[in-house]
Order: sequence, then C-alpha cells, then structure tokens
Amino acid sequence: MTLAETVLGAAFAGLIAYALFGGADFGGGIWDLLAGGTERGHAVRDRIERSIGPVWEANHVWLIFVLVVLWTGFSRGFAAAVTTLYIPLTLAAFGIIARGAAFAYRKSVGALGMRRFFGAAFALSSLLTPFFLGTVVGAVASGRVPPAIGAGDVVSSWVNPTSLLGGALAVLVCAYLAAVFLCEDARRDGEHALAGAFRRRALVAAVVTGAAGLAGIAVLRADAPRLFEGLTGRGLPVVLVSVVAGLAALGLLLSRRYVAARIASALAVIAILVGWAVAQYPYLLLPALTVEQAASGRATLLALLIALSVGAVILIPALLYLYTLFQKASADQKSPNRVRGHG
Amino acid sequence: MNALQLVAADGVENLLFARTQMALTLGWHIIFACFGIAFPAIVVFTEWLGHRRDDPVLTGLAHTWAKAMGVLFAAGAVSGTLLSFEMGILWPRLMDRFGEVFGFPFVLEGFAFFIEAIFVGVYLFAWDRLSPRAHMLSALPMVAAGIAGAFFVVSANAWMNNPTGFRLDPQGNVVDARPWAAMFGPSTWPQFTHMWLAAFVVTGFLVASVYAVAMLRGRRDRHHRMGLLIPLTVAAVITPVQIGVGDWIANTVADNQPAKLAAMEGLYETTAGAGLSLGGIYADDELRYALEIPYGLSLLIHHDPDGVVPGLEEIPPGQRPPVNVVHLAYNAMVLIGTALLGLAAWFGLWWWRRRRLPHTAWFLRAVAVSGVAAVVAMEAGWITTEVGRQPWIVYGLMRTADAVSPADGLAWGLVAVIVVYTVLTVFTVVVLRRLARGRDILAPQERGQAQEQEQVP
Ligand code: HDD
Ligand code: HEM
Ligand code: HEM
Repeated sequence: MTLAETVLGAAFAGLIAYALFGGADFGGGIWDLLAGGTERGHAVRDRIERSIGPVWEANHVWLIFVLVVLWTGFSRGFAAAVTTLYIPLTLAAFGIIARGAAFAYRKSVGALGMRRFFGAAFALSSLLTPFFLGTVVGAVASGRVPPAIGAGDVVSSWVNPTSLLGGALAVLVCAYLAAVFLCEDARRDGEHALAGAFRRRALVAAVVTGAAGLAGIAVLRADAPRLFEGLTGRGLPVVLVSVVAGLAALGLLLSRRYVAARIASALAVIAILVGWAVAQYPYLLLPALTVEQAASGRATLLALLIALSVGAVILIPALLYLYTLFQKASADQKSPNRVRGHG
Repeated sequence: MNALQLVAADGVENLLFARTQMALTLGWHIIFACFGIAFPAIVVFTEWLGHRRDDPVLTGLAHTWAKAMGVLFAAGAVSGTLLSFEMGILWPRLMDRFGEVFGFPFVLEGFAFFIEAIFVGVYLFAWDRLSPRAHMLSALPMVAAGIAGAFFVVSANAWMNNPTGFRLDPQGNVVDARPWAAMFGPSTWPQFTHMWLAAFVVTGFLVASVYAVAMLRGRRDRHHRMGLLIPLTVAAVITPVQIGVGDWIANTVADNQPAKLAAMEGLYETTAGAGLSLGGIYADDELRYALEIPYGLSLLIHHDPDGVVPGLEEIPPGQRPPVNVVHLAYNAMVLIGTALLGLAAWFGLWWWRRRRLPHTAWFLRAVAVSGVAAVVAMEAGWITTEVGRQPWIVYGLMRTADAVSPADGLAWGLVAVIVVYTVLTVFTVVVLRRLARGRDILAPQERGQAQEQEQVP
C-alpha cells in the first residue's frame, strides 16, 4: 500500500464509521417520521430519543473527519467533486443543520406545538440528508465528476439513475441499521414490546433494501457500466460477503439474537462500501483521476498519517467509553435518560 | 471569448455572493463557538464550587447552564458543519492549491471536535450515571478540546494572514509543503490567544447580562446574584488581559501586514509621529472628521513617538483593502474593549472595597448591555482581520477573486443560506429565551428525578 492509499484508506474507514453510526442516527429519525400520531408513536419516539441523545453529536463528526482528510490529502479531487456537487452537498448540510438543531431544541421545550414542529423538522431532515449524501456517492461512483474545478454539470451529475439509486439505498440502509440497533437497546432496558416492534421494522427494511439492491444491479448495468464491471468482476467476492452477511443478519433477527444481528448487519454495510472502493480502484474520480495523481505531497501525507495514528489512540478509547457508558442498561429508574412522556 | 474567460467571468460574478455567505455563516458560528470554548470551564467550575461548599444554589446554576449548553452546542456543531462544506464549495481554488499546506490543522481540529462532542454527551447525559467527581472530570476533556479546537482553526486563519511552511516553484505551484511549520506562522500565537480570551469575554458578559436583565426586573434572589457574579468575574478578570493581547496582535499586524494596519488606521501618507485616529470617513485618500490623538499610533506600534508608520500610499491601488469598513470595525472593537475595561474596573473596585455588587440600577444596566457589546467587539475584530486582508485570501499570494468557485447558480446558495439561518436564528433565540425564563421543562438529566418526585404521592 502506498502512503496515499493508506491515508485514503483512513478517510474511507471514517466514511464507513459515518455510514454505520451516523447512518443509524439518521435511521432513528426516519422511524420517528414513520411512528404515527402523537399518542400512538410516543413509545417509539421516546426510545429513539433516548438512544441517540448522548451520541448523535459524536457520530456526526465522522463526516467532518472525512471532509478534512480529503481536502488536506487529496485537495484536487476534493475541490473538483465539491464544486460539481455543491447543490446536493449544500442541501445535505441544511439537512444536518435542521436535524441537529431540531433534535436538541425539541428536548428543551415543553409546549406540545413546538415539540411537534421540531419533531417534524428532525424526522424529515433525517430522511432527506442521507438521500442527498447518497446521490453524491452515486455521482462519484458513476464517474460523473470530471477532475477539474466546476467542470461537471451541477444538475445532471447528481440527478441521474445511479445517484437516485444511491440516495434511495442510503435511506433504506439507514432505516435498516437503526431498526436493528434499536432492537437491542430496547431489549436491554426491558422494553420487550418495543424490541419486537423494531424487529418487525428491521425485517421489513431488510427485505425492501435487498429488493432495491437487486433492482439496482440493472440500473448500474445500464447507467454506470464501469462500476457494474468492477462490482461483478474484481469486487464480486466482497459483494458476496455482503449478501451472505445480510442473509445471516436476517436469520439472526428472526431468531431474536440482536447483538449478533447488529454485527452481521454492520458487516453487510461495510462490505457494500468496500465493494464500491474495490470496484473503483485505483481511481479517486472515475475515469481519469487516480489516487496517486490526486494525492498531496509526501510531507503532508506523512503528517496526516502521524496525526491520524496519534489521534486514533486518543479517539478510540474515548468513543468506546461513550458507547459503553450509555449501552449499559439503565439500572435504576432514576437514570437521566428515562424520559417522561411529552407528546 | 474562450472558455477560460467565461469561467473567470463567472468566478468574479460569484465573488460577492461567496464572500457574503462566508461572512454570514462564520459570523454566526463564532458566537456559538465562543460558548463551546468558554462555557464548559465556567459551568464545571460552578458545579465544583457547589459541591465544595455544599451549596445547592450553585449546583442548581450549573444544572441550568448545562441545559443551555445542550442547545448552544448543537447550534455550534451544525453551523460548523456547513462551514466545512463551504471551504470547498465556495473556495475550491484555495483548497486545490493550498489544501495540502493549511488543511492539516483542520484535521487536528477534527479530533478536537470528536473529543468535545463525546464528552458533551457524557457531561450532559451522565449526570446521574457518574459520581459527582467523575462527572466533573468528564468536563475536563471538553475544556481541553475547546482550547485545542480554537487553536487549530485559528492557526488555519493565521496562515491565510501570514502564509508560511512551503515553497512555490516558478510556475507558482506549491512544492515542499511542511504542514507543521505552516501551523506556526507569526500570527498564530497572538491570534489564538486573542480569540481564546475573546471567547471568555463574550461568554462571561453574555451570561452575566441575562441575569442582569432578570435582576432589573426584580428577581434578586441568590440564584440570580450568583448567576451574575460568576460569569462577570470571569469576564472582568480576562478583559484587561485581552486588551494587553490586543497590543501584541496590533504589533504583529504592523510587522507583517502593513496594508491592513494602514487600513485599520485610515492612514494614507507614510508618517513619522503618526497620530491615532478615531472615527471619521475615508474618501479620496484622506480620512476626514476623525478625532486624532497625537503620536498615538507611533507610540502604540513602535513604542516611540517618532516611529514611522507606512501608509496606504505604499501599497499599489489594486491591493488596498476597503478602508472604511476596516477602520470603523477596528475602532468599534477598541472602543468597546475600553468600555468593557471600564465596567470591569467599576465592578472590581467595588468588590475590593465592599465585597458586593454595586447596587445601582446603572450598574445592572451596564452589565445588561455588556453581553451584546462583547459580541459586537468580537465580530468587529473578525471583520478587521478578514476584510483587512482583502483583496487577498492568502496574503500576498492568492486573490480572493481567484479562489472563488465558478459553479453556476452559486448565488442561490446565498439566498438559501439567508433563509435557513434566519429561521435557525429565530428558533435558537426562542428556545434560549424559554430556557432563560425557566418556564420550560427539565433538562434531560433531571427528568428522572422529576419522575421520581411525581411518583411520590
Ligand atoms: C471581545 C472581544 C475583543 C476585544 C474586547 C478586543 N478584541 Fe481585538 N479581536 C477580537 C476580539 C476582541 C477577535 C474577534 O477575537 C479577533 C479577530 C481575529 C482574531 O484573532 O481576534 C480580533 C482581532 C484584532 C486585531 C486584528 C488581528 C489580525 O488581523 O491579525 C487587532 C489588531 C486587535 N484585535 C486589537 C485589539 C485591541 C488593541 C483591543 C483593545 C481594546 C482589542 N483588540 C479588543
Ligand atoms: C470565526 C470567525 C470568523 C469570522 C467572523 C470571519 C469573517 C469573515 C468575513 C467578514 C469575511 C468576508 C471578507 C470580505 O467580505 O471581504 C470572511 C471571509 C473569509 N474567511 Fe473569515 N472569518 C472568521 C474566521 C475564519 C477562519 C477561522 C477561517 C479559516 C481558515 C476563515 C476563512 C475565510 C475565507 C476562506 C473567507 C473568504 C475569502 C475572503 O473574503 O477573504 N475565516 N470571513
Ligand atoms: C476562529 C474561528 C473558529 C473557532 C474559534 C471555532 C471553534 C469551534 C468550537 C469550539 C466548536 C465546538 C463547540 C460547539 O460545538 O459549539 C466548533 C464547532 C465546529 N466548527 Fe468551528 N470554529 C471556528 C471556525 C470554524 C471554521 C472556519 C470551520 C470550518 C471550516 C469550523 C468548523 C466547525 C465544525 C465542523 C464544528 C462542529 C464540530 C462538531 O460536530 O461538534 N469552525 N467550532
């Protein structure tokens, strides 16, 4: 592995983490959206709020992390992609603003009308943000971003079959991950009815996502032949891993083994993303800009590598601390996260 | 007309929109960033004091502030996200050409944000899961990350003011980038120190002003008195230091960015024994109607009444920043800084002599406006720095006009940003006001107890 590939690999690992953790956060919002009326959806909403409350801010920093590593280590590719795709990116940023603000503000007000309004903003933006980010991935993966600043079409680069597929899959995957993650959260706190409800949601989402994935094969074949070639050629083993992991997750959900189902689901998502990377290698921007061509100078890459290694030593224990702290069952009823019902 | 010209024309057309958007979003973010930097320290200090003295009023204050912290952090985090997108969306040529030199501190900043976000989650939500001691300890990484985050991002800005840490080949391409060296240019330490202190000045006066307003309305219980006293003490102690640092940073500007200094002072002719001008309007290479303090400028810059200060005449006309904006913004910062110093002295003297707050309503009124004044000073400082650097985005090397994105329709982005930020501002203010009036619900960390209490018949 060259230095450039190592650094890009780190950014990619960040992207995977964002897809898993940030994705599950978005998915929580999507289920909030689909939870039904104030009374009926209350239990589901409440569970989601308790689960993501302490962690959403940390989960969303992964996106920042990916951006800053890319703009430092791969400035050329970054500048080209961001200028061509500025519309979906701006919309995604607005989504992130609406979502984070509404979520935090909803917790701080009591008036039912305002809570409903913030809740709606939170839930809707949870759906739209991953969609726009998915279109961005679709644009890059289908080779619609030329390697020069502002050289691509600012509309058709992300309004096209592959991008729409990317957007739809992103939304589905988020919803699926959230449902799987929430099963265990609910069971751990002894909320068995809720765990069952999330299990049903996870199963439905799994089936829909799988179907969309299958349909997607046809879309890619017609719209993004290079990606299709890569996925069915060099990337095939990884794609198969994803399929197997996905099926395993389904089985584990059916037999209510939620922790194992979490792992299998995560694996399925990771494998899909890795498949994309393998299919696209060695290009950062298909079909012209390779990773090496886009990379910054050696001193910068080296500095990045050092910073990322040292940073990881600080970051990983802190993240583990955060997750384990809030993954422990809330032992006593006095626990801070026992939210009292509020519409 | 070839394609290149078209692109260039587009770029210049986008310039005004891009600059306005950048200024608006940064100016919004920085207010909340101040809270991200300074508030955790103030809140945890209050919590600690409350435990040490076993004083429920202080612990209660810390609780109340933690509630506000949840809202303020969210606003800071989401507005920061748009900024990271904008660095590329609005200024792709800056990132393309110089990303490898000055992008590095942003990566380090990313880690600081991680730590901050993680421990914000712990601090706000594990109030009951941790012992008081562990809970207070969990705030320390937040405080450290606030310092580190401010340092890294300001060092990126300081690099734009005084680029170092690389060489250019004859075609103007960056070779030999040394990102560590780039982080420690001449502006970095003074700018970081000034900004870090500004965060405490802004947070201190702003929080104190909320309680001053409440006290003017007659709520003078201990909760309100302490709510005023603690942040005001912090701000009052820091303000004199901040003004000392102001002298340091002004000298750094004089040494490295003569065009900015001349614009700050509205000085056209290179002058020995230059006076310090306050106010006035700059037109036709001359500053009119200004109040002048003889020898003031030479004294400030050279600590010598006869020192020579270069004026704008030394700078080619195409490279001069807009003088009026910079001059007036600079004056506003210095004026407000001086006024805040006066307020701090009033408070300090009174406390020293009588061990209590001055109890005239005028004092409370002064504190009540000090918060907004501190914010204005800080925004004015940033306008001085950023507009004073114009027309350069990277001082002396790259013009802002050459950095802007050529993408079609960028102006709509500005329109959308204005709409989104207006809505965001309205709701942020509404939510914070409800919290300040204390009429809304419990913080997440308090609901458990409330539920318990409710269950007690
Ligand atoms: C509450 C905040 C506050 C207060 C009271 C002051 N400043 Fe300030 N000033 C800032 C907040 C600030 C700032 C917003 O934080 C800036 C913008 C960039 C920076 O690093 O700090 C700044 C920038 C800034 C600059 C431009 C630096 C550059 O372009 O590199 C100078 C010369 C001064 N300040 C000088 C002063 C002086 C002489 C003050 C004395 C009265 C003063 N400031 C009070
Ligand atoms: C957070 C406080 C800051 C505020 C309030 C602020 C304010 C501004 C303003 C007013 C402008 C417009 C300049 C003009 O109209 O001529 C501007 C431009 C800009 N600022 Fe800052 N700035 C801040 C910090 C930073 C930092 C930390 C960076 C990071 C490196 C930065 C990067 C830029 C860029 C890229 C531009 C556009 C180019 C330009 O017009 O100079 N700013 N900012
Ligand atoms: C002098 C200028 C700036 C200072 C002192 C500053 C400081 C901070 C601080 C302390 C935070 C964390 C506190 C909070 O979440 O409220 C924060 C958040 C953030 N800032 Fe800034 N910032 C500045 C300018 C910028 C610029 C120019 C960018 C991007 C280019 C940026 C990007 C971000 C991001 C992405 C976050 C969110 C991190 C999270 O998710 O927690 N900031 N900023």
